[in-house]
Amino acid sequence: MPVDQSFRGRSFPPTRPYEVGREKIREFADAINDPNPVYRERAAAQALGYPDVIAPPTFAIVLTLPAGGEVIRDPAFGLDYSRVVHGEQRFVHHRPIVAGDLLQVVVTVEDIRIAAGNELVTNRAEVMTVAGEQVCTAYSVIVARGTAA
Amino acid sequence: MRAYTVGDQLPAQEFPVVRADLVRYAGASGDFNPIHWNERFAKQVGLPDVIAHGMFTMATAVRVVTDWAGDPGAVIEYSVRFTRPVVVPDPDGATITVTGSVRSVREDGAAEVELTATVDGSTVLARARAVVRPRAGSGA
Repeated sequence: MPVDQSFRGRSFPPTRPYEVGREKIREFADAINDPNPVYRERAAAQALGYPDVIAPPTFAIVLTLPAGGEVIRDPAFGLDYSRVVHGEQRFVHHRPIVAGDLLQVVVTVEDIRIAAGNELVTNRAEVMTVAGEQVCTAYSVIVARGTAA
Repeated sequence: MRAYTVGDQLPAQEFPVVRADLVRYAGASGDFNPIHWNERFAKQVGLPDVIAHGMFTMATAVRVVTDWAGDPGAVIEYSVRFTRPVVVPDPDGATITVTGSVRSVREDGAAEVELTATVDGSTVLARARAVVRPRAGSGA
């Protein structure tokens, strides 16, 4: 079953607010084997002008992956999730994510196209504070292999 | 600090990755797709073995940029294409080699860095690019 093209341009309701914890940032930094103190020590982050520890450049995936996953797993969307691979990823940071941020994600299906028998879906995830401050825009291209054949 | 110059080379780095890293990354990121930790499952879906999360490789590669920039918050954009999976056999794992250079400098002084990430000589990320905001006091 092909993807429902009418999803193109559709935005989904904001996700439940996510509070960025200092220990979660540390856990993520540990998991990518990055010892940078700016992810762990408030003083190191403050020396660079940040109010608290900041998150690594790809941390937003912790929020955007489940937010986007909800869309692509929606049975009405019609994507064969068992054939999905991650094709591309892009982050545009309006500012770093900082411990203590209370963030929400709004996912929009930007594009659906077919290339070489694969279905390619581009999602845009706007990560913002609950007060509406833009923090990060994340674009994901997911590829469903062979589903357009 | 001096401004960025086209052609500036970032110090290359090698990043070993073993199965335990993928299990830890799965836990920290919330991506528990079994292709990243279950050999039987990975082979069932046609992969040669367990593969690293693309996002693990992406996070690893940008270390070359954040270590060079000094301030990870200076990375204002970062994008990659996942071209080839990083196969992580047990127990030996794999080594991701990452190099980078400044391919252009924007009018505002921000550097556009191009990264290469390879495993055993094969490219695993394409179009891996990061934008680093101008250095404070670089006069840009």
